Amino acid sequence: METLLEFFRTYATAIAVIGISALLALSVWLTLYAGQLTLGNAAFMGVGAYVSALLGRHLDTPFPLALLSGALAAAVIAVPLGVTVFRLRGVYLAIATLAFGEIVRVILLATPITGKGQGLNGIPPKTELWHIYLSLAVVAYVLWRVQGSTVGRAWAALREDELASASQGIDVRRFKLASFVIGALIAGWAGGLSAHLTFSIDPSDFGFSKAVQILVFAVVGGIPNVLGPIVGAVVFTALPEILRPLKDYRDIFQGLILLGVIVFLPRGLVTFLDVRRTRKLERIGAADVA
Amino acid sequence: MLLETAGLTKRFGGVTAVNAVDLAVDERTTLGLIGPNGAGKTTLINLISGLLTADEGAIRFAGADISREPAHRLAARGIARTFQGVRVFKGLSVLDNVLIGAHTRLRPDVLPRLAPTRGRTDPADALALLERVGLARARAGALAGELPYGDQRRLEIARALASRPRLLILDEPAAGMNPTESLALRSLMRSLVTDGLTIILIEHDVRLVMGACDRVVVLNFGRKIADGSPAEIQRDPVVREAYLGSEDAA
Ligand SMILES: Nc1ncnc2c1ncn2[C@@H]1O[C@H](COP(=O)(O)OP(=O)(O)O)[C@@H](O)[C@H]1O
Ligand SMILES: [Mg+2]
Repeated sequence: METLLEFFRTYATAIAVIGISALLALSVWLTLYAGQLTLGNAAFMGVGAYVSALLGRHLDTPFPLALLSGALAAAVIAVPLGVTVFRLRGVYLAIATLAFGEIVRVILLATPITGKGQGLNGIPPKTELWHIYLSLAVVAYVLWRVQGSTVGRAWAALREDELASASQGIDVRRFKLASFVIGALIAGWAGGLSAHLTFSIDPSDFGFSKAVQILVFAVVGGIPNVLGPIVGAVVFTALPEILRPLKDYRDIFQGLILLGVIVFLPRGLVTFLDVRRTRKLERIGAADVA
Repeated sequence: MLLETAGLTKRFGGVTAVNAVDLAVDERTTLGLIGPNGAGKTTLINLISGLLTADEGAIRFAGADISREPAHRLAARGIARTFQGVRVFKGLSVLDNVLIGAHTRLRPDVLPRLAPTRGRTDPADALALLERVGLARARAGALAGELPYGDQRRLEIARALASRPRLLILDEPAAGMNPTESLALRSLMRSLVTDGLTIILIEHDVRLVMGACDRVVVLNFGRKIADGSPAEIQRDPVVREAYLGSEDAA
């Protein structure tokens, strides 16, 4: 008992960060599951972080309301953005959403109220571990249930074949947009939680490398189910801690592990649980991530 | 008249794939659409099913002008189709393929499914459809891409039927089928028409077309060159010249 408490005290921050990573990985899972490669979720996270922190600071908005506002702000931005970028596909779509991330970063850098490049400091540490893990539990449960619904099936169909999906009566643009906006909502919520965990935020927290990191969590974890992104986030957030004793060689080992997973379990870590089905999927050439 | 097209035209660059085609399909009949490769048959049904938009002309379905409607809305109106060369959702189960076909018919169940006790969509109708097209229920859990080609064809028809369409368009469904399978397809089509369905059949198998269709339309270079009963079409010298003659020789 004593050692367990000790463990939590020592690693409280790391455990919190893992939970937030998992939320972010789930946010991008939504679009990946629908076959769309988008990289805007770091920026949506930033929107949620700044909106919630600024609301708390300037308007004394209660924490839950500030979080919700941050998440909604991200979702509201995602609507016109999604309408615009879903004309594109594949790598073009990915680049367009990255460009959006750059725009958000530049706006944050240029706006006085965000503290520009210095960022926002002194954000009250209101996020507690249970906030993060309750959010994660709710999001994972809802997405798991959605996966087996008419909507989840429509997303899977889109991933397999857009044209055939349209012929089955699936409104392709609407379903893509829905996955994107719900993803933005989750990322915005995670951003708010993260801002009130770390005391300070600045635009570089939500840039290109964060976007790629989120994608790596989800893809390396695997998209067949919601467990994939969570596993990916846990493994790749905890790994740097676990590999800490390797000091200078840490990054090299982390890279090697990533490479190994991608080569040997290309459809994600969780496919380890169902190797036969995964082999079959590969053999028949079923759609993979985006 | 369930379906009518007037002066339907579609161009791809310099090619006029469909050229001023008038078509009229009666309810509860089977229309055969034949013509040499590249005649514009697939393009014509892509226009009718909303995957392409016509450059000129109009399409009416069940009394409504549908010329500019997107595919997903036409599916909801009752137009279902299969694809030349099969496009099942390979990585999904056979059952899920059929359930996705029923998308326009099923009530969205996201909210009810948030209750942990709520099960998945009742598969009874979908399983019955599999049986009707000649697929074993036991295959429902298999990945669609694992099925032999002929079974994927049948699955695609089941998926199309799952929306309970009024018009079913089949693009070369018998390609690669053996005579027994082709015969089974013919009796399936007959029973579907008895149940009230209207069918447009694109097919190279002349015997299947002449046996299964009430009327036949012949396309050549995008133009309609003949339109009549199977017997009339077989006698038509223009058609024999353009198409049937070479086919008979082969
Ligand atoms: N998407 C497209 N882009 C350009 N040309 C096309 C396209 N689809 C069909 N065509 C051309 O239109 C003509 C008719 O093709 P198609 O409708 O597939 O004929 P069929 O189904 O009768 O064999 C052909 O010359 C074909 O090359
Ligand atoms: Mg064709």
